[in-house]
Formats: sequence, C-alpha cells, structure tokens
Amino acid sequence: MEYLDFELPIKELQEQYDKACLIGEESDVDVSNTCKQIEKKLVETKKEIYKNLTPWQRVQLSRHPDRPYTMDYIKAICGDSFLELHGDRGFKDDKAMVGGLGKLGDQSFMFIGQQKGYNTKTRQYRNFGMANPEGYRKALRLMKSAEKFGIPVVTLIDTPGAYPGLEAEERGQGEAIARNILEMTKLEVPIIVVIIGEGASGGALGIGVGDQVLMMENTWYSVISPESCSSILWRSWEFKEQAAEALKLTATDMKKLKLIDHIIKEPLGGAHSDKKGAYIAVAKAIEKAYDELKNLSPTDLVEKRMDKYSKMGEYKS
Amino acid sequence: MAWFKRTKKGIQTPTDQKKDVPKGLWYKSPTGKIVDAEELERNFYVSPEDGYHVRIGSKEYFEILFDDNKFKELDKNLDSKDSLKFVDTKKYPDRLKDAQEKTGLKDAVRTAVGKSMGNDIVVACMDFSFIGGSMGSVVGEKIARAADYSLKKKLPFIIISKSGGARMMEAALSLMQLAKTSAKLAQLSKAKIPYISLCTDPTTGGTTASFAMLGDINISEPGALIGFAGPRVVRDTTGKELPDGFQTAEFVLEHGFLDFISHRKDLKRNINLYIDLIQNRPLREKELA
Repeated sequence: MEYLDFELPIKELQEQYDKACLIGEESDVDVSNTCKQIEKKLVETKKEIYKNLTPWQRVQLSRHPDRPYTMDYIKAICGDSFLELHGDRGFKDDKAMVGGLGKLGDQSFMFIGQQKGYNTKTRQYRNFGMANPEGYRKALRLMKSAEKFGIPVVTLIDTPGAYPGLEAEERGQGEAIARNILEMTKLEVPIIVVIIGEGASGGALGIGVGDQVLMMENTWYSVISPESCSSILWRSWEFKEQAAEALKLTATDMKKLKLIDHIIKEPLGGAHSDKKGAYIAVAKAIEKAYDELKNLSPTDLVEKRMDKYSKMGEYKS
Repeated sequence: MAWFKRTKKGIQTPTDQKKDVPKGLWYKSPTGKIVDAEELERNFYVSPEDGYHVRIGSKEYFEILFDDNKFKELDKNLDSKDSLKFVDTKKYPDRLKDAQEKTGLKDAVRTAVGKSMGNDIVVACMDFSFIGGSMGSVVGEKIARAADYSLKKKLPFIIISKSGGARMMEAALSLMQLAKTSAKLAQLSKAKIPYISLCTDPTTGGTTASFAMLGDINISEPGALIGFAGPRVVRDTTGKELPDGFQTAEFVLEHGFLDFISHRKDLKRNINLYIDLIQNRPLREKELA
C-alpha cells in the first residue's frame, strides 16, 4: 500500500494496528482492547483527513497508484460475463482504450474506458491511459455496435489526456475526438459516464458525452490538468495547487456547476483503501442511472441529452 | 574627402528620437517581404510577394464573404461571465475588459447572416486577437444560436475557426462547449443543411476536437496551422524533432482531414460553388458571369 503525503497519519496508525495484531497472534497478551482503540482512531483520522481535502489533494488521490482502474471495475462488475472486444477496424487496437460486453444483473452493457497500467511495463503498454485516434475510433465502433443492438453504453473515464504524439496528429486526434463527441450526442441508446480517476479535457470528453455523467468523490474533471494550466497561465509548474483551486475541477464543484449529474460516494479513505466497496458503489450507481433511463424512447433520450448540453455555459445577454 | 563622413562611430540617435514609419503603411511578411498595406487589403490580405496569408479577423472575413460587406450581426450583445471567479496572474473579468478595449470586440466570435453571391448564408467567424480566439460559454452559445438560425431558415452554415482552443478561465464550462456545439451540428446534419468548416491559422485544441473537424467539408487556407496538440506540446511530450511542415494545412490535407485548401481570393467562389453543387442547384457563377 502506498501513501500520499497527507495520508501519512493513516499510515502510522495502520502500522501500529498491524503490529498490535501481530503481537496478539504471536503471544498470549490480550491486545483486543488496544486494537479496538487504534482502529477507532484510524477511522476518526481517516474521516478527519478526508473531510477537508483540498482540490489538489483530490487530484493526487485520483492518481493514487493503488486506485482501481477501468478493467478492475469491469471485471468486478461483470465477473466472467465480460467479453473484451478489440480494434478500430482501420488501423490497430489501442491498448489505452479498452472495451467489451458484459452483464450487470440481467442487463448487457457495452463497457468502454481508458486503461492505465500497474507498473512501469504495463504503464508503457497502456500508454499511461492516453489514447491515440484509433482508441477513440475503437470506442466509437463499439458504441455504434451497441446502438445497433439496443445495448446501453457505460464509459469509465480515467485519462491524463488524449495522447499528444506526432502520429496521433497525423491520424487526426482532433477529428477522432470531435467525431465521437458528435456521435455521442445523438446515439440512440442510454449512455452512462463514470469518471473513476482523471478526467482531462478532450481526451475525457471524447468518450464522455452522456445522459448521466457521474463523478466519483476523489476524481477531477476539467478542460486542462492543473499542472498544464499552471505552466500556461503562471508560466511555471509551481502553481498547480492554485490552478487546481481555480479550475473548480472537483466533483462537488462540477455538480454545483450542473456539468455532471451525480457524485458517487467512495468508501472511507478513498477507493484505493476499500476497492470492493468502490466496485459496489459504482455498480449501484450504474444500475440506478440505467433504471432512470431505460424507459425513455430513443427520440426522447437524444432530445433530452441534446437539451442538457445545449444549456451548459454561463453568459450575460 | 568624402562628402558625408561620420564624425562619431555607430548610431547616435536615442531610440525615442528615431523616426518611425507610421504603423499600418507597410506590412512585413514572415519571409521578410515588404508590402504596402493598401495593396495587401486589395489582395485579400495575402502578400502578393510570397502568397503569405496574413492573420485576419471577423471584420475582414465578413468583407470577403458577404456581398458589398452587407450583413446582419446576430446576438451581438452576448457577454462573458466569470462564474468560476477565476484568478491566475490576472482576474478573468480584467482580462476580458482588457481584451475588449484592445480589440473593440465583445468576445472571440462574431456571427452574422447575409448574402454571398446573392444567396443568404450564416457565418460564425472567430477572432484570434480576443484571448487567442479561445472558446468559452459565449463562443459556444453564439455558435449554437447561429446554427439554430441556419436550421430555422434552412441556410448553409459556415464556421471560420481561428482559435487556440477552449478558454481555460472558464474551465469545464468551456470544455462542455465542445459537446454543445457538436450537438447543434448533429441537428444541422440531420436536417441536411450544409455545414462548411473553414480552418484558418491557427486552429488547435478544443476547436479542432469539435466543430472545426466536423464539416460536410473541412477546408483551409495555405500554410494554416491545424492540430489537436500544439507543436510545442508534441515536441516536449515525444522528444522527437517535428518534420518540416508538420500540422500545416498542406500536411493535414495530405493526411486526409481536409477536402481542399483555397487561396483567400477564391474562398467566396469555392464555398458558394460547393453549396450549389451539394444542393444540386444551378451554378450561380454562370449567372453572375
């Protein structure tokens, strides 16, 4: 388990707790009282820390190395029913964008999302969750296939951005994202979007237009990462905390701005400290969202979706 | 003995006493060619010396596209709002005010309806001089309303992109303008109203990732920079040297994302020719000839 700077008090208590338990196992000393006390303190400390997180700390949590990734959620939700599908049918199979069919309860869903890696090797293999144009085109292919058979779409977003590479530009990164956004505004099946980690700009929105957009508590979603924002507006990387503050990128801010529909509460201590709890929370949220959407006709669905996005933006007339 | 001889070596005149050519008389193109400003204007703001297409704004594009420069501007008074209370090195409202004073514009796009070769068209044209042509709520709303106007009156729609992308000072509100404008274009498309995207120098970021790449035809001007990530970001991320002409209109055409590149003097003809052809109408250029 890795800990972020502000999580260190939790680490200390966790270590004390583990040590006490070990002593209890290895000797005849009754440690149950001590353990209980430490456990209580641990919960209180977690509550205290997680109650007062700054936007920048949320950004750090969204990137926590132990945080579950797209495939973890999909496998937890669908179990053996998940069938991964590959390729954009034009160029190649983008490993940073995964997708496939799976069941949640009795209902089939098309799951699509960016995938990050767990160690240096897999991180490179997954290109750090930064998709190329073929990734967005693969996502669109899966969505159109879902539309054809009336299967609802769930997208899981976790990306530091679309890949800004030379070949990505040659193959039309902008066009690929633009096409997805346009097609998603008029897709005739329900689309449920869940931000499970990082929601960086066009790279996120390229699979992020939906009837219901849900954000987990410790995630961020904005037009740019706080680091890049800092480097452009402050001309230095040092102002990322201020940038995180200014961008209003947390789930609470995004809900207030009416740019997302719901916040998914994470287990105490964040998704990384109780993965199972996080999987259940996400599965329930998807089921609830689908219940609210499943009886709408395709025409109503698209009309409502377009209306929702047409209302976004604030100006003086 | 020489007629003129410097008694002291070097240039002695202090900077503030130097005589300057009044601004606006001459234009210097990037290759160093000097062009008379009036001649430049007559030549559609293209340097006759080297064909360089000078960056121009909505005022000039409206002049070029609308007959006799006659048009009705739509939603003139929409103004940006600082909903996020955004502060970086400057407060967003101050930034807006400065940009408005400097440019005389309200925001980074102007929308208008008017006749071009005799028939009405709706044009949304971005102004790069206004905070880098960045797209915030006002840009999104004006483009959406202009598209609605097109839809209602069944008029061809043209967006002239010239933008660095989404406006950071409106954060996620700007990001959602990508979806908002794209939803409108989807409606235009369903109603079979031609939408022409003209990508001009520069068209990058969120603009490329939405309406700029979604035209029934995407067209551009020679040499325009068009890309998703800016060249600096691509170089810094990949550590690779960028090939010559990377992300120019010619490069983007070659890779299949543009239909054609048009010299600025032919824009009006080419746009209207496409409109006549795609709508299977008699060609107006014959009538006008």
